[in-house]
Amino acid sequence: MALLELREIAKIYRSGDQDFMALHDLDLDIERGEFVAVTGSSGSGKSTLMNILGCLDSPSRGTYRIDGRDVAGLSRIELAAIRNEFIGFVFQSFNLLARTSAAENVELPMIYARVPPAERRRRALESLERVGLGHRAGHHPSQLSGGQQQRVAIARALVTRPPLILADEPTGNLDSVTSLEIMGLLRELRSSGITVVFVTHERDIAAYADRQLALRDGAILSDTRSAEATP
Amino acid sequence: MISTRETVRMALRALRRNTLRSTLTALGIIIGVAAVICMVTIGEGAKSRIRAQIEGAGTNVILVFSGSSRSGGMRGGMGSQPTLTWDDLRAIQTELPLVRAAAPVLRTMSSVISESSTWTTTIYGTMPEYFVIRNWAVDKGVGLTASDMAGSTKNAVIGRTVAVNLFGEGTDPLGQIVRIRNAPFTVIGVLSSKGQGGMGEDQDDGIFVPASAFQTRIQGGLTQFVRGPIYVSAMTSESIQPAREQIAGLLRERHRLAPDEDDDFSTTTMAEMTGVFTSATETLTNLLAAIALVSLVVGGIGVMNIMLVSVTERTREIGIRMAVGAQPGDIRAQFLIESLVLAAIGGAIGIVIGLGVAKFVAAAFGWSMLARTDIILMALGVSAAVGVVFGLYPAIKASRLDPITALRYE
Repeated sequence: MALLELREIAKIYRSGDQDFMALHDLDLDIERGEFVAVTGSSGSGKSTLMNILGCLDSPSRGTYRIDGRDVAGLSRIELAAIRNEFIGFVFQSFNLLARTSAAENVELPMIYARVPPAERRRRALESLERVGLGHRAGHHPSQLSGGQQQRVAIARALVTRPPLILADEPTGNLDSVTSLEIMGLLRELRSSGITVVFVTHERDIAAYADRQLALRDGAILSDTRSAEATP
Repeated sequence: MISTRETVRMALRALRRNTLRSTLTALGIIIGVAAVICMVTIGEGAKSRIRAQIEGAGTNVILVFSGSSRSGGMRGGMGSQPTLTWDDLRAIQTELPLVRAAAPVLRTMSSVISESSTWTTTIYGTMPEYFVIRNWAVDKGVGLTASDMAGSTKNAVIGRTVAVNLFGEGTDPLGQIVRIRNAPFTVIGVLSSKGQGGMGEDQDDGIFVPASAFQTRIQGGLTQFVRGPIYVSAMTSESIQPAREQIAGLLRERHRLAPDEDDDFSTTTMAEMTGVFTSATETLTNLLAAIALVSLVVGGIGVMNIMLVSVTERTREIGIRMAVGAQPGDIRAQFLIESLVLAAIGGAIGIVIGLGVAKFVAAAFGWSMLARTDIILMALGVSAAVGVVFGLYPAIKASRLDPITALRYE
């Protein structure tokens, strides 16, 4: 059984009288431990796909199963629990809480997982250590560089030990050197068994992944696996 | 849902992050609560002051007036239709076991002439018992006695204000002659100061002469009727009502009133008069407190306004929190508790300030400060309720945000 299983997923946005179909009956399986890049031009539906994968948005129709569990019909509370336990998000604009230290930002998901404060702090520092920012735990986002902020975001995504990391243009706001560092970090995660799906529009960044999924107009244009990839 | 303790900690952190704004928002609540507390505390002080003043008129006092009473008040002025006789007074003084003392209070305004000056004041014609009823001691010299009554002596006991105005601070008034409507009276005593009365009058501005001398020298002849109210003091505070009934029974019998006839006299107690005045003060206090409460509501709207701004401003934060697993209930609790904490802190500060101002005012007026615990608890409760009520809508609004919309919010 695939970790993520999408069947005939469609997403339709209404704007006035016009319906806009962002996803066209998409079928997709993502296996445990895969490292997938989703590419496509803007408007191809890749962000919509990511939002649905991340349970931030629900499909207009079709079935989406996470680990065999149908997401349709889950309440907002249950969806929140899935986002908390199952998925770690990394955003293009980092989305850290301002005026809040790196450690506190990393602690955030654990607050909602009801982890006791002492353990929360310990695990947050551990997670920051893992992304190489143990020495910056007390810094606020404004005191960190873009690359460091994205590492904090990755530390936050990892801290609840989710099986899935979703990254939406994780290198979109970073220079090329920092982008390589971040991709290296995501690659490390993949080797530790975490499934990583990221969106990018840069070909060389997509090349880091084992599997490239190209979207156009809400449908899968191509689905290729790198030679060394192991599904 | 995460624990309340966690949420409170989060709320405090969020409020600290914008200290100036939090302070200004709380200010609305602070002022509202301070105003309520201040008004009520000052009102209580004023009430107890009035009560003390009225009760200072005498202990367990019953007033007996000529003329019938109607429901809701007295008819006619004192003496307008005199029905109480001197014999009635004597009967009240001697025949009723529950009556400690009784005295007539005849009064008129007149100018009084001393060797050095003239002063217009109230002349009272009364009996020695009057000073017993009113708990009023002579400060210098002696008081009126029974022999003054019997002999209609032209002796006078004067109040402190009169003494100062007729003789000045330096002169000893004792033994001095004062002329009241051309009749010379000898000052035999000066009363201790009683200060302001229940109706704001200066109680020390008066001259007391024997009722008999008052009748002959000032009122223009002896009459059968007592042209003024009779002050009666009951034995104990519990015996005020029974004594009142005894007086009524005695007077009805003496006036030979048939059972179906109305009283041709009326009685009232100081307690009743106190009640009238304190309830008037209470009404005023409540009115002021209600106005103050309006400012508390305005403060609450301020909280709501800021919470709405805060929700809009922190839409992205809400999106982030939802993305990492916050449930709608967590978000709702976060904003609700933030507004609750804000209002409660404001309320607590307001109570302290309100009590401080009340204390200052009480000190300035020489009142005792009466802080009512129930009002303080109520103020705290109301401000917390304001926080919840006015925080609820913004909190619900925040919790209903769609995670994606919130995350994309710029």
